[in-house]
Amino acid sequence: MLADKDRIFRNLYGIHDWGLEGARARGAWDGTKGILEKGRDHIINEMKASGLRGRGGAGFPTGLKWSFMPKESKDGRPSYLVVNADESEPGTCKDREIMRHDPHLLVEGCLIAGFAMGAIAAYIYVRGEFILERERLQAAIDQAYEAKLIGKNNIHGYDFDIYVHHGAGAYICGEETALLESLEGKKGMPRLKPPFPANVGLYGCPTTVNNVESIAVAPDIMRRGAAWFAGIGRPNNVGTKLFCISGHVNKPCNVEEAMGITFRELIETHCGGIRGGWDNLLAVIPGGSSVPLVPADQIADAYMDFDTLKNLKSGLGTAAVIVMDKSTDIVRAIARISYFYKHESCGQCTPCREGTGWMWRVVSRMAEGRAQKREIDLLLEVTTQVEGHTICALGDAAAWPVQGLIRHFRHEIERRIDQYAANPHSEPVPMAAE
Amino acid sequence: MAVRRLAPAEVQPKEFSFTAENLAWAKKQLEKYPEGRQASAVIPLLWKAQEQCGGWVPEAAIRYVADFLSMAHIRVMEIATFYTMFNLAPVGRYHVQLCGTTPCMLRGADDLKTVCKKKIGEQFEVTPDGALSWVEVECLGACVNAPMAQINYDFYEDLTPEILERILDDLKAGKVPPPGPQIDRQFSAPVGGPTTLTDPAIYATAPHQADAPLKDTRAKKPGAAANVREAAVPTGPVGDSSGKGRK
Repeated sequence: MLADKDRIFRNLYGIHDWGLEGARARGAWDGTKGILEKGRDHIINEMKASGLRGRGGAGFPTGLKWSFMPKESKDGRPSYLVVNADESEPGTCKDREIMRHDPHLLVEGCLIAGFAMGAIAAYIYVRGEFILERERLQAAIDQAYEAKLIGKNNIHGYDFDIYVHHGAGAYICGEETALLESLEGKKGMPRLKPPFPANVGLYGCPTTVNNVESIAVAPDIMRRGAAWFAGIGRPNNVGTKLFCISGHVNKPCNVEEAMGITFRELIETHCGGIRGGWDNLLAVIPGGSSVPLVPADQIADAYMDFDTLKNLKSGLGTAAVIVMDKSTDIVRAIARISYFYKHESCGQCTPCREGTGWMWRVVSRMAEGRAQKREIDLLLEVTTQVEGHTICALGDAAAWPVQGLIRHFRHEIERRIDQYAANPHSEPVPMAAE
Repeated sequence: MAVRRLAPAEVQPKEFSFTAENLAWAKKQLEKYPEGRQASAVIPLLWKAQEQCGGWVPEAAIRYVADFLSMAHIRVMEIATFYTMFNLAPVGRYHVQLCGTTPCMLRGADDLKTVCKKKIGEQFEVTPDGALSWVEVECLGACVNAPMAQINYDFYEDLTPEILERILDDLKAGKVPPPGPQIDRQFSAPVGGPTTLTDPAIYATAPHQADAPLKDTRAKKPGAAANVREAAVPTGPVGDSSGKGRK
């Protein structure tokens, strides 16, 4: 287990003071000026050396992302930092804790990241439902302005503004270009890439979009050193990570742990075990609803990190671990996820707009057994036609859970179809033509 | 995608304008964004309009916000119909948004839906006294405290059908129960107390205890100086926040 002294989010549970004074007592805003004085290149090199991979789901190296920003503006366009706090991935609830209980880590991180990429301002895009969280964050920013930690002529010698913006309940705005569209006052429909946001982002200016957690860990990495961070975890999957464990465990919770902890240790140490014991475990969705599920026998002793889970044909995603025991109606659980994607598709690309609804209808029928067996392969084929044929990754995210279901629980779907067929029904079994 | 249409003309108010207070607030919002980018403020402004109208956005408000931001009406109309937090028809004084996505479903959100149907009616149906309405929404981001519902601004977490019934009864009677976890639990920490962050040494000061008396043990606690090592400290690559002076 990770030692308490190696934890970054020391007020994860809101036991202590969230304000500036409390944050300072826990080490925030300590020596920030010294960090900035070492220069932009130093910060970016340290971030690269720390091996931090983005905490928003894709796991792209954060330092590398920062280094894509132009060194200086040749055409007068300013640069922006945008923080993605549109946390909507089912199963994920870590950024909320940072914003309401340790907001100063995020504020300080914005300053350091903004300085490293030469940005003039940061916009923090908070999901609309987090009303009290954004008020708390705004209060922390106001404290920082008042203490002259940020803003014009601040004590750190780098003029930098931080603004809180909010959405209004669209999952798609967690996609970085959709977020930028939404921030510009449009519908959250993702943009084609290239051009990438580092060239043409917010208001047509160079922009980097980072997850809240990636930004909030930056000050501690700079203070304690890249080697400290890189020394935790397993090669290429380093550092600490907030895990959100929900579903059928005895004590669901958020916890900061080392990357590469095994699933068994994570559950046993912090969640009081699986409901009904380990023999009762059916499957786990290890990284938020977008990643395919992993059956019990494969996940139990797996390392919870990007590469291990990728080899299990799943992913760490946002480290939102959704645990399902044997009482779960697994087909219905995935059908509900399909409904989620149907509901949240922005409607821009046809494969996703039509495909998500189609997949939801077919999986829902399969949950009842009201389907034909050949439709399973048809469904699988349709998922591959949606996957990779859309502007953003929502199409992929909608396809993967269904693929995971068919990969590991085809027998369960077939059993239901058999069971349905064995009983008399007045209506004929429909076929997926529509 | 969901089909979302404006409320019928009968319920639409004729006119809308911000109150003086909201107008001042709206003007302040525009300062956040660069010159000529005032359209960025459309979501916050529509949200304010929704607050002012008691939980929904009438067509007049959409037109007003568009004019305020010098945007085409249709652009703001798009925003109001695209983002699902904008209610396009009147809702109850307490609008219950019940999360029904898989993590909450696994912990019993289906039973909560039954409670809402019994106590309130169908989705978006407002009770005759105008107090309550409900809707099933997608993940609200409090999954470790599932199942949960958002009622107006507040998250009510760790619900059971009995607790939700009690909350709805209270709201009907005009009482607002305290939000947050509805069982004995410290926010998102495990039930029974945190398994981490228990080492007092990582906190320079004691946790917030509003008026707890100073205990003898705390008063006599050795200061930082007692922990300083006299021997030479090897300068390994690992630094921590206590090593301020070390380069």
